[in-house]
Amino acid sequence: MLELIMKDILGTPAILVGIFALVGLLLQRKAPADVVSGTLKTVMGFIIIGAGATVLIGALNIFSKMFDHAFHVAGVIPNNEAIVAAAQSKFGASTALIMVFGMVVNIILARFTKFKYIFLTGHHTLFMACLIAVTLSIGGLSGAPLILVGSIILGLCMVIFPAIIQPYVRQITGSDDFAIGHFGTIGYVISANVGKWFGNKEKTTEQIKVPKSLGFLRDTSVAVSLTMALFFVVVALFTGQGYIESKLSGGSNFIVFSLMQAITFAAGVYIILAGVRMLIAEIVPAFKGIAEKVAPNTKPALDCPTIFPFAPNAVIIGFLFSFMAGLLSMFILPVVGLKVIVAGLVPHFFTGAAAGVFGNATGGQRGAMFGSFANGIIISFIPAILLVLLGNAGFEGSTFGDSDFGVIGILILSIMKLFGLA
Amino acid sequence: MKIMVVCGNGLGSSFIMEMNVKKALTEMKKNAEVDHTDLASARTVQADLFIGAADIVGQLDDGTRTIVTLENMMSIVEIKSKIEPHLA
Repeated sequence: MLELIMKDILGTPAILVGIFALVGLLLQRKAPADVVSGTLKTVMGFIIIGAGATVLIGALNIFSKMFDHAFHVAGVIPNNEAIVAAAQSKFGASTALIMVFGMVVNIILARFTKFKYIFLTGHHTLFMACLIAVTLSIGGLSGAPLILVGSIILGLCMVIFPAIIQPYVRQITGSDDFAIGHFGTIGYVISANVGKWFGNKEKTTEQIKVPKSLGFLRDTSVAVSLTMALFFVVVALFTGQGYIESKLSGGSNFIVFSLMQAITFAAGVYIILAGVRMLIAEIVPAFKGIAEKVAPNTKPALDCPTIFPFAPNAVIIGFLFSFMAGLLSMFILPVVGLKVIVAGLVPHFFTGAAAGVFGNATGGQRGAMFGSFANGIIISFIPAILLVLLGNAGFEGSTFGDSDFGVIGILILSIMKLFGLA
Repeated sequence: MKIMVVCGNGLGSSFIMEMNVKKALTEMKKNAEVDHTDLASARTVQADLFIGAADIVGQLDDGTRTIVTLENMMSIVEIKSKIEPHLA
């Protein structure tokens, strides 16, 4: 009986998150209809993530094979959704547990310390929980110690990272009403500092005329499809028709095949996103509701696009310069013996854009440009370094995109290596 | 009345906007069905009112829809003043 509960019920991540949603909904005294539908949709969200993973992993593997054959070096696609979905079969339960208890730690810290932030960017909480689950597991922890240590680390991340950039967020928004909760913080802090040293606050990005035509890239489905199509086809050309048609496509034309794989990847991301959206739809309001009751006088820490409207030109400039840095890094990484981190449009869009806004706040146009360029370098090199430490964890085709995931992962694995555990 | 809140990813900002829109509606003592999604899915969704932040609204507006643009998605005051004219 105990084994049924431990293994089949609590060990099934989808059921686990459903239980958390159920508890959250009951605590908020929601109507029975809402409790039932909310719980079911949360469970379904988790399962949809798994379905998306299946679609995406096939395309990812093909990309890896092509890249390796073409350039004799591994090419890794940094996409949070991809790696988290791939990790769910082995690390799903620990991810779910660390996520929920991490939120509990967040509330405790917000209540009793000066770090009064409630981290509401649910999908990032999920991703960081996964990163922590994976790295601590590789480091040798399991069971209750894994969850305990993991939750404390996650809770700390959820309050400390927003606290670090809050001074800059105040400059951007002109108020102290909200904070930014997004695990690209290290990139933003560096961007803000680069802006401070090299930039001129008075000449802001909003004084220039920036073409609005790049706005269509805000649609993530379009952005991922486009970049993947470009990368797949370019890599296919280097891989060669012969290899692809004999080994990978079962005979169908190598360019057509590559394009289809690229869109399949994007389709996988779309499905995973739909699943994540459903999953956090009940969990985040429950978290917010409980946090507001238990820990008053806190600031919500929100997703990075919240600051985009304050400097729309900086958003585009930030993305462009970060992406350029990412493309450049693709050539430098193999030279220094690291795997090639394929410049991901989504990480460069969101973090580059945010870095641009931070850089603009402290250093105007030059701050936005150099700051986001620095961010681009960071999100190319940090994931590469993390991969070295992750070793053969099994997800070599993909990795985490934003800076903080890499930094925390590197810290955890390095400290555990020091203790002789990993 | 159905309100659809949209952002690029359909995850972080649209979610917060949805919560704020719901809060604004409660304060105005009005009722509406509020949901959130990403730009791609928003194409095929039917709603009476679409809400988006200033930086993505260009992608949302296809000429046939009623669109509300938000500059500060955290400002309940702004939300209230902008959706009020559209509420029945």
